[in-house]
Amino acid sequence: MANLKTSDKKTKAQTMGLHSEVLTGKTQQKFFNPDEAENFYYFGTYDVDFNKRTEIDVKNMECREANKKIDDLMKEGFGTIVIRNPQGKHSLGVGILNKLNLIFEGSLGYFGCGSMDGPIVRINGRVGWSCAENMMAGKVVIEKNAGSCFGAAIRGGDLICKGSVGARTGIDQKGGTIIIGGDAGAFTGFMMQRGRIIILGDVGINLGDSMYDGTIFVGGKIGSFGSDAVESELLDSDIDWLKRKLKVAEIGENFDVSKMTKVVAGKKLWNYDALEPTEKKGAI
Amino acid sequence: MAKAKNSKKSKSKEIKGQLGKKKATAREKMIGQTIGYRYDVNLLPDYSRLTPFLKKYIEAMGWDDLNWLEDVHMGYEEDRPAVFDRNANGWVTIPSKIKLPNNQQDRDMIARELLVKFQMSPNHPLVDLKKAYLKF
Repeated sequence: MANLKTSDKKTKAQTMGLHSEVLTGKTQQKFFNPDEAENFYYFGTYDVDFNKRTEIDVKNMECREANKKIDDLMKEGFGTIVIRNPQGKHSLGVGILNKLNLIFEGSLGYFGCGSMDGPIVRINGRVGWSCAENMMAGKVVIEKNAGSCFGAAIRGGDLICKGSVGARTGIDQKGGTIIIGGDAGAFTGFMMQRGRIIILGDVGINLGDSMYDGTIFVGGKIGSFGSDAVESELLDSDIDWLKRKLKVAEIGENFDVSKMTKVVAGKKLWNYDALEPTEKKGAI
Repeated sequence: MAKAKNSKKSKSKEIKGQLGKKKATAREKMIGQTIGYRYDVNLLPDYSRLTPFLKKYIEAMGWDDLNWLEDVHMGYEEDRPAVFDRNANGWVTIPSKIKLPNNQQDRDMIARELLVKFQMSPNHPLVDLKKAYLKF
């Protein structure tokens, strides 16, 4: 192994303690001022106007070129961007950390709209694998069907598919809401840790397999429950929230949410307790 | 937002032991689940309790509801109320001068407001990191 020399010169991040921090006690009170001025956008993002609209044709563009073009248009203040001829290209509309109205007139390939934080996206077509993977915030509406791993590892925001979706929807979901107007495939909500999935149609086998937390609402038939997924009582607060969400999703406004099945984690797989491994061994 | 006139601290009972072994709270009995955290992470927001700041934030972003903030709750770090900032990967402690209400719905709304203010602040730690490491 090569000898690694450490430099005495500390970067600003190191002086802030971000390199030596431990897993507990990461309080950042020193940065916080509750009287901060009203600001709704991340520092350094573009000031865009929803009423300023433009269109681009990406037929002859590579995905990097198309994504760069979107960024350039936001820099110019365009708040509504229409993408013509996406033609199933992969990784379009990724990593947008700005408020924006983005409209795709056509279908997307794999990993469309991944890692975004804030935009409202409408896709007038289908999407391939892992649409909106790792999405942080915002709203994505797909007018037709979606492939597998829909909303993989999403952390926040609303992800809506008006059609049906493939297997492993919401795999490793850590937050946010996934809403499906049609049916969903096998292993929906696999290993989900938080967040909510709403399926108005039927769902395949092993629903919520190994889920640690979060909630799944199903309107149709359930193929089978996965390991540690159990049915729970639907509360009035759930019904109110479901009605609100379906209105936001522009689907199923007349759907009878009171007959939905609520699925949660049985929590038999939970093993994160306060005991240290050696203590746990003694206890067993 | 209401501020405390005196700094009286409410005594909180610490519950020790394994998950599922503690005495069930009224909320746990109602939902039929154990709340493993010291707060209910699955609690759905009550929109009648939105603060004016949050209403403005939702409108500015063009959303119909709280969106990603639905998953934000007030938690605890080292026995002090705090909110987790996923961007900085750390807990942000709630300043002691802010008086906290007794119910989780109102506490969560305060946590959401403070988190947005913190994340959008030019003093946020990621601002310096972005300046130092931004590639394109």
